[in-house]
Amino acid sequence: MLAILDYKAGNQTSVRRALDHLGIPCRITADPAVIADASGIIFPGVGAAGQAMRELTTTGLDALLTEQVAAAKPLLGICVGCQILLDYSAENDTPALGIVPGQCALFNAALTDEDDSPIRIPHMGWNQVRLDKKCELFEGIDPASEFYFVHSYYPVPSPEYVIGVTHYGLDFCSVHGRQGLWAVQFHPEKSGRPGLALLRNFAAYCREV
Amino acid sequence: MLSKRVIPCLDVRDGKLTKGIKFKGNVDIGDPVETARLYYEAGADELVFYDITASSEGRGIMLDVVDRVAREIFIPFSVGGGISTVEDMRAVLLAGAEKISVNSAAVKNPDIISQGAAAFGSQCVVVGMDVKQVPVSELIPSGYEIVIHGGRKAMGLDALEWAKTVEALGAGEICCNSIDADGAKTGYELKLTRMIAEAVTIPVIASGGAGNPDHMADAVSLGKASAALIASIVHYGEYSIKQCKDHMTARGIKVRTIW
Repeated sequence: MLAILDYKAGNQTSVRRALDHLGIPCRITADPAVIADASGIIFPGVGAAGQAMRELTTTGLDALLTEQVAAAKPLLGICVGCQILLDYSAENDTPALGIVPGQCALFNAALTDEDDSPIRIPHMGWNQVRLDKKCELFEGIDPASEFYFVHSYYPVPSPEYVIGVTHYGLDFCSVHGRQGLWAVQFHPEKSGRPGLALLRNFAAYCREV
Repeated sequence: MLSKRVIPCLDVRDGKLTKGIKFKGNVDIGDPVETARLYYEAGADELVFYDITASSEGRGIMLDVVDRVAREIFIPFSVGGGISTVEDMRAVLLAGAEKISVNSAAVKNPDIISQGAAAFGSQCVVVGMDVKQVPVSELIPSGYEIVIHGGRKAMGLDALEWAKTVEALGAGEICCNSIDADGAKTGYELKLTRMIAEAVTIPVIASGGAGNPDHMADAVSLGKASAALIASIVHYGEYSIKQCKDHMTARGIKVRTIW
């Protein structure tokens, strides 16, 4: 069973619907015993980093996540969940979980796209991921596939944690982590078949499929 | 590189799909959930549901449609029509939509935009605007005026000013619909689309007037839109989404081609 961490993130039910569709057993939960028992954790997230961290710290889920990662429990962070695994987010000037070294920065509105027009913020829509390293999450997924992004801040982890890169005004890290501790800036639960395949790959790594 | 989006729009009344031509003479053409699934399979990048039901009973039916769609399709979709409070927004988002779209409710009460953005994040809040070309005046310096009630009521509000206002209030995206072009299938109102897109830094969806894939390519190139909303050209089977995207690709536009 996969645990979808319940801290009132907007997309937690979307993640559950996607896993239900794939026939992967899962529960939306904040119960430490259930989370400890799960074969892997999905750490969703939509909205602002400040609010997300407040929710995590007041419920003690911040410490639980750190413990679980230290105990080698597989984890997949999504969007804001991907961002606040880092040390710090510029959004709401937020000290974050510090599970992966690095920080999260705001897109610079002065950056330009391919037509030399200023980029629009948020980065909203479908974009590709160029893998810098082999990653189990992307196994069997066409490298030209696109994923659905919607965010104004982007992760800047320590270089050794960069797995995949996306171009929007600049090359930013859209997949970071290490084996068993992964974070994606896009929404796999809203990225059609390639996104579903990524979730299935995570579940397979957790030996759920 | 970010792809330009192709977004079929489904008008729903009492839980059934319709398509209005100039907002008149709507006819039922099918089940919205089944149609959403077909468009998902066919390569739509996103979907928009516009609920033209007026009754509160119809609102309950729509929430059921949203819930069923969310279980079957795994791309983003938004829901608009009749949303006027934060509670309305919450109900639609909880039922499984990514975004909610406010239109006339935002004109009447602009605070709904900032309230929605504060409660759910800007990325959830799309402001739809219905726009009509009018003679340039002191009141309407851009020559484009905001209208509501399907174009029947002019608001004395300049479309360009309104676009900047909704961005400042926290809208995450604007869907700019030309009432003049809507249903005419002679192409999007490119001058309007470009004017709005250049005035704001949030994404703008071009709406109203698509008659062929070339129009869609125009909207995202000349019109500077981030996405093209389409309805009848795909609803009645004149073009597939793939044909639309192939044509856009041939015009040098980046679109999502793997789904």
